[in-house]
Amino acid sequence: MRTPTTRGRLLTLTTAALALTAALAGCSSSGGKKAEESASPAGGGGPRLKIAMVTHSGAGDTFWDIVQKGAQAAAAKDNVQFLYSADPDGGRQAQLVQTAIDQKVDGIVVTLAKPDAMKDVLAKAAAAKIPVVSINSGADASARLGALVHFGQDESVAGEAAGQQLAKIGAKKALCVVHEQGNVGLEARCAGAKKTFGGSMQNLYVTGTNMPQVKSAITAKLQADKGIDGVLTLGAPFAATAVQSAKEAGSTAKIGTFDMNKDLIASIKDGSIQFAVDQQPYLQGYEAVDELWLLRNNGNVLGGGRPVLTGPAIVTKDNADQIAPFAERGTR
Amino acid sequence: MTQATTGPAAADERVARRDPLRRLLVRPELGALIGAVALFVFFSATADAFLQTSSFSTVLYASSTFGIMAVGVSLLMIGGEFDLSAGVMVTSSALVASLVSFQLTLNVWAGVAISLAVTLALGVLNGLLFVWTKLPSFIVTLATFLMLAGANLGVTKAVTGNVASDSIRDMDGFASAKDVFASEVDMGGVNVNVTVFWWIAFTVVATWILLRTRAGNWIFAVGGNADSARAVGVPVARTKIALFAGVAFCAWFSGMHLLFAFATVQSGEGVGNEFFYIICAVIGGCLLTGGYGSAIGAAIGAFIFGMVNKGIVYADWNPDWFRFFLGAALLAATVVNHLVRRRAER
Repeated sequence: MRTPTTRGRLLTLTTAALALTAALAGCSSSGGKKAEESASPAGGGGPRLKIAMVTHSGAGDTFWDIVQKGAQAAAAKDNVQFLYSADPDGGRQAQLVQTAIDQKVDGIVVTLAKPDAMKDVLAKAAAAKIPVVSINSGADASARLGALVHFGQDESVAGEAAGQQLAKIGAKKALCVVHEQGNVGLEARCAGAKKTFGGSMQNLYVTGTNMPQVKSAITAKLQADKGIDGVLTLGAPFAATAVQSAKEAGSTAKIGTFDMNKDLIASIKDGSIQFAVDQQPYLQGYEAVDELWLLRNNGNVLGGGRPVLTGPAIVTKDNADQIAPFAERGTR
Repeated sequence: MTQATTGPAAADERVARRDPLRRLLVRPELGALIGAVALFVFFSATADAFLQTSSFSTVLYASSTFGIMAVGVSLLMIGGEFDLSAGVMVTSSALVASLVSFQLTLNVWAGVAISLAVTLALGVLNGLLFVWTKLPSFIVTLATFLMLAGANLGVTKAVTGNVASDSIRDMDGFASAKDVFASEVDMGGVNVNVTVFWWIAFTVVATWILLRTRAGNWIFAVGGNADSARAVGVPVARTKIALFAGVAFCAWFSGMHLLFAFATVQSGEGVGNEFFYIICAVIGGCLLTGGYGSAIGAAIGAFIFGMVNKGIVYADWNPDWFRFFLGAALLAATVVNHLVRRRAER
C-alpha cells in the first residue's frame, strides 16, 4: 500500500520493537487491532461506548452463552466494546459491578437474582452517573434499584402459557419437575402452569446438578403413578432426561419444557417433546446493550417504566423447522 | 554463604549466626510476597484501570473477604487440620443473626451476639467431633459442611417460607452494626471498606499469638507432631478445639459482614468458598501437612487471590478463560514460593 520510505521503515522498526516489548509484558494496552477497532467507527456509529454485563451465571451455561451472543451482536452493530463477567455468589457479583464502575464504563447490564446484594453497588453506579439496565431475574426490584429498563420473562406469565400448552396436548394429570429446590422463579413457573392447566398438577423436586439422579427420580415417580400423562420440565436438558425416564418407566406421558437448545428442536421435530416455552435469552442480551446505546445516542427509554417481556415464545412442531437453523448456530 | 560456618566464630554450627538474607528467605511468607509483587507489576502493566486508587480499594476489599477467613484457616492448618465447613458456616452465622433478629423482632445486636454464641458452638462441635472420633478432620468437617448446607436451606425455608432471609435493613441497630461490619471509610477521597482494617487487625493478632505466646508454640507443636507434643505436655485436644473455634469466630465475623453489607442472606451461598480460604493459606506458605506457616503469609495469599480475581476483570481478558487464568496465577505464585524456600533452606 505504502512505499517503504526511510521514515516508514523507522516507524515499522519502532512498532516492531514496541510490539516485542508489549509481547514480553504479556498483553498490549495500546496499538494493535484493538486500537484500530476503536479508532474506526463501525456499524451503528456514534462514539465508541464501553458496556459491561455482570450476571449471576455459573461457568459454561448454554443459556448465558446465548445471552452473550445477543449482547455481542448488538455491541458489534452499535460500536460498543462489550465486557462480560459473572459470579453466582451475590457479594462477588456486586464486586464485579464495582470493577465495572472502576473501569468507567458507559453502561452496565446486570441481573438481579439477589437484589439486596446489588442495592449498594447500584447506588454507586448511579452516583457515578452510569446508566444501568437489568435483565433476566429481578423484574420487581429493577426500578427500585434504579435500573432504567428491565428485559426478561415474567415467570408466572410464562408458567400460564406452559399450562395452556399442557392442556392443549391433552394432559389431565401432570408433573412439574423443579430442578433447583428453593428457586423462586422456578416455583412461579409451576404455580403459573397450575393456574391455567385445569387438570391436577404436582411438583417433583430433583437435584439439577446430578443428572442420573434427575432421571431416576422422574422414572420412579412415573412408575409409582401410572396416571401421570404430562411432564413439564423447567430447563431444556431436563426435558431430554424426562424423555428417557418415560421410556424407562413405560409411561406414555407427554413432555413439555421451558427454555431451548438445539437438541431440543430435534426432539420437538420428531415428536418426543411436545413444546418448549422459550424466554429468548438472545433478546435479553441484545436489547439491553441496544437500549444503552439508544439512551446515549437518542435518549430513548423502552418499556415506559415497566418490564419489557422477552418471552414466552412457544415452540411446537408447527414452527420448529423455522427456528431450527437459529438454534443450530446457538442463538435461540 | 558458607562464611558463617567456616569462620572461627562458628565452632559450633548450632549457635552460629545465620546469614540475615537467608533468615529472611526461609520465612514462610517471603515467597508469597515476591509472587504478590510480581503479580502487582504484571497487572499494573497490562490493565489500565488497575492502578487507580478506587480499583485498588476494590481489590483490597475482595482480598479482605477471603483474608479474614484465611486468618483462622491458616492457624488451623498450622495446627495440622482442615475445616471444610468454613464456607457454609459463614452463611449459617449470617442466617442465625438475621432470622433471630427478624423473627423475634429484636435489636439486631442481640442477633449478632446469639450468632456469635451459635457459631462458636459449631466450631467447638467440629473440634469435639474431631477429638472424640479421632477421624481425619477432612472427613469430620466434610460431614458438618453437608449438614450445615442442608440446615441453612431447610431452616430458612421452614422459618421464612423463602430461600433467603427477610431484609433487616430497617431494624434497630442495623445502622450501628453496619458501621462496625460493613461500612466504608473515606481515606483521602477513596472509600475503603472497613473489612480491610479488620483483616489487618486480625492478621496482626494472629501473628502475635503465633510468635509471642505459649499458645502459639502449642499450635506449631500440635501441627508438627501431635504425639511428641502430647509427650512434652502440650494440651493437644484443647489446642485443636480452640483452633476450630478460631475458624468459627472468623466465620462469624465474615457472616456479619455478609449480613450487614446486603441486609438479606441467600441460604445456598458459601459452598465452595472453603477451598479459596485454604488456597489463600497455602499460597501464603502454610504446609498442607501442618506445623509450618504464618498468618501474614495467609494475608498475602488472600491479597494475591483478590488481585488475580479482580485484575483479570480489569485487564478485560476473555471471561471464558477466567478460571484458567486464576489457576495459572495461583500455580505460579505457589511454585515461586516453593522454589524460594527450597533455595533458602539448602
